Amino acid sequence: MSDEFDPKIVLFACNWCTYAALDLAGTSRMKYPPNFRVIKVMCSGRVDPQFIIEAFMQGADGVLVAGCHLGDCHYLEGNYKAMRRMALLKRMLNDLGIERERVRLQWISASEAGKFVEVAKEMVEQIRTLGPLTRRVEVST
Amino acid sequence: MTDKPKIAMYWCASCGGCEEATVDIAERILDLTSLVDIVFWPVALDFKEEDVENLPDGSVTASLINGGVRLTEHDHMIKLLRKKSKIVVAYGACSAWGGVPGLANLYRKEELISLVYHETPSVVNPTRVVPERRSIVDGAELELPDVFPYLVPIDQAIDVDYYVPGCPPTADVTWKAIETLLSGRLPPKGSIIGASEKSLCDECPLNQTKPEKILIQDLKRPHQVIPDPEKCLLTQSLLCLGPATRGGCTALCIRARMPCTGCFGPLDPVSDYGAKAASFIASIIDFDDEKSVEEVIDKLPDPIGTFYRYTLATSRLAGRLTEGKR
Amino acid sequence: MKDIVITPTTRLEGHGKIVVCLDDNGDCNKAYLQIPELRGFEKFAEGRHAEDMPQITSRICGVCPMAHHMASTKALDDLYRIEPTNVAKKIRELVYSIFMLEDHAIHVYVLGGPDFIVGPTAPKAERNILGVVAKVGKETALRVISMRKTLRKTNEMLAGRTINPVIGLPGGVSRPISSSEVEELKRIGNEAVEFALFTLKVFKDIVLSKKEYVDAIASEAYTHRTYYMGLVDEHNRVNFYDGKIRVITPKGNEFAKFEAHDYLDQLAEHVEPWTYVKFPYLKQVGWRGFTDGEDNGIMSVAPLARLNVADGMATPLAQESYEEMFKVLGGRPVHHTLANHWARVIEIVYAAERLRELANDPEIADPRIRNLPSEVPRVGIGVVEAPRGTLIHHYETDNRGVIRKANLLVATQHNAARIALSVDKAARNYVKQGRVDQGMLNMVEMALRAYDPCHACATHTYPGSMPFTIYVYRDGRLIETLRREFR
Repeated sequence: MSDEFDPKIVLFACNWCTYAALDLAGTSRMKYPPNFRVIKVMCSGRVDPQFIIEAFMQGADGVLVAGCHLGDCHYLEGNYKAMRRMALLKRMLNDLGIERERVRLQWISASEAGKFVEVAKEMVEQIRTLGPLTRRVEVST
Repeated sequence: MTDKPKIAMYWCASCGGCEEATVDIAERILDLTSLVDIVFWPVALDFKEEDVENLPDGSVTASLINGGVRLTEHDHMIKLLRKKSKIVVAYGACSAWGGVPGLANLYRKEELISLVYHETPSVVNPTRVVPERRSIVDGAELELPDVFPYLVPIDQAIDVDYYVPGCPPTADVTWKAIETLLSGRLPPKGSIIGASEKSLCDECPLNQTKPEKILIQDLKRPHQVIPDPEKCLLTQSLLCLGPATRGGCTALCIRARMPCTGCFGPLDPVSDYGAKAASFIASIIDFDDEKSVEEVIDKLPDPIGTFYRYTLATSRLAGRLTEGKR
Repeated sequence: MKDIVITPTTRLEGHGKIVVCLDDNGDCNKAYLQIPELRGFEKFAEGRHAEDMPQITSRICGVCPMAHHMASTKALDDLYRIEPTNVAKKIRELVYSIFMLEDHAIHVYVLGGPDFIVGPTAPKAERNILGVVAKVGKETALRVISMRKTLRKTNEMLAGRTINPVIGLPGGVSRPISSSEVEELKRIGNEAVEFALFTLKVFKDIVLSKKEYVDAIASEAYTHRTYYMGLVDEHNRVNFYDGKIRVITPKGNEFAKFEAHDYLDQLAEHVEPWTYVKFPYLKQVGWRGFTDGEDNGIMSVAPLARLNVADGMATPLAQESYEEMFKVLGGRPVHHTLANHWARVIEIVYAAERLRELANDPEIADPRIRNLPSEVPRVGIGVVEAPRGTLIHHYETDNRGVIRKANLLVATQHNAARIALSVDKAARNYVKQGRVDQGMLNMVEMALRAYDPCHACATHTYPGSMPFTIYVYRDGRLIETLRREFR
């Protein structure tokens, strides 16, 4: 069964660093798994935890938030905010039974296309092993 | 029947606090009864379900429903009231977001039954009896109602027009909501009525002491510290959810020197209060390295009970029926 | 065999359903009170911060949130092995007395009282607060509304909120009383005592002066000979806030006196398949089914039980009334369920006097309201007397103070078995030859109402509530529906 399961992963990519890395991976003809639904944001700090939760509620099996390295944020502080929020959110999601491997925060600079490919492959395999994320089955009322 | 607008009130899985809150409008209840006809209110009046069924559809001006949906009976009754009403109002935290009993969604129904009837230290149950939907006792057939596997706010069962926040809503908020409903100038559908459009900080007595930029380097739980009563509690590292919570309650808890726990729920346009409140608290942690941030977060072993205390039932991530790893 | 199903039971908190079973002559041979509520507090307490429990458990019940808040706070004192400051204890007992007074008053005037103030066989349309108003006059009714409002506003000031108070913390309370508030409290104390004596007078004039009511109170149909349980202070007098748990036998001898900590040696819970409520009973005696008597561990709590168990009341006017009641009803213990109404009025007097005492205590505005805990938490057990009986909160935590296990033995539960007996007995007495009418049904419900039961509390385990309806079945076919959705 798990061989047939293809994880759906939402990727929030910051415009200045990670999205550029994705472009670079593409133009360099790097192969990476097609499981990612990419949402471009101007900064990883823009990613409201509500987005992540909504992604899970709508059918994502995993969420990757990626942005500039700490200290390199185009808006100076945005990625620090992302780092703090993700630390707490991961804790909360874990308490709701959502495994830590499903939510990931990664710093990927504009030149790190290779890094992105590595992370992508790793995350897809981890989640494939975990299986699809179950959501509350609506009881017909 | 007179030409006065008709009002109905009903309770689902309720602790009774919202009913008490309604009665707390005290003398104003006499003003209310001169303005409206209360056609259904199980707590206080004698009208029956048949009386509601016999009303023409849409003839009830407003139905105020409190409590979350847990039994098939609740679902049945609120669907009936929806048919008969122009406006349905989710009154109180439980009907709006599931409330405190929504925390039961963290566990499966089987776990609840197992703890209560087999595992508590005082229970003596060697034959492993549990309450049954149908049981035969001495020839009599006895029935208990069907319980859903988890609790939901009423807007997941019926269409809801307005929400009145609070656990329970205060008397003033209740009165303002009633005035709004009877005013003839209804706000957009889906609005939260009776309370403030601003966060709690706006009406907090300690607001003047709140710096423009709050930053914290620690998180203290209320039993660990005696706060200075003249300073913003967040600046003293107490976890006050005031900035993320809708105002309207006059900051009662803060006046008693306890931090806000978020019972008035989210401001517009937040849909997931727990996530938003957690986001706020996390973003003011004044450390730039992950390790120090984690150390602060470790001071709060129960983030779900803290941020989602009144709103967990709105999240479909809790209450998953399949075997999820914990 | 025909079953009569009575639902709603009216003028009570929470929901319930009574099933009355008839034999072939149409006489009742058995009745059951089913509680269809269940919520899960004991389970979802797991994982919560212990210090959040006073505010979480107060949501078990919107009528008596203060009772849970206080039992929970005391469990936290025990959990952290920290003694509250003297003034914190006084503040807690003060807000608690205000709450008991206000809660009991509602039962007397709105819930159970109408049975007597208007009359048990009066038409149902009159047997409610409106009938009470007609009987005692609008001025009196406004006085009751006003007193309730004053008391509730006072507790909003002192405890943060009326519904769902916030001040309870291990080692004390969060908010001191300011010296400017003390004058107001003294005034309210006086007003409360006047109001309590007024209520006693109303009760005497309207109820005790009528032979038919006194006969109804003393009638066998509403009498059960069970054990009784309640909190007593060091002089064996009633105390709502603190003390030891005392149990007496049906004959009135002391059977046990124990600290809340030892409750598991004394109390156990029994499960039946036809109701969600569990039935606590005395472990040392044992469970022998639904019968009275010294051989069966069924006990009773709440006003009558508390007065039975105690040797007296701690305040003078209440003590006078206490002596009077036992004189009229033939000595301690009194087994007549309906005497709960009288005992409740006496407790109103005590609560008011105690409130006045504490308001006048010179220490009450002392600012030293908290001792900070320093011990590592493990197990905490707290007890109070809720309006409806003994309430125990028991928490086990990890060393961070996160709840691992919780057990709640809630007031109305302790009465659950006796309530079942009462409903059964009253139904057998009054349902004859299949005659089912409003008057008869009310006689059955009166048995229930005297306990002032709180089923939201009793079934703290899963949410649910159901309007009550009366279904009359013959041979499995629904032949009649009677309804009373009245609280």
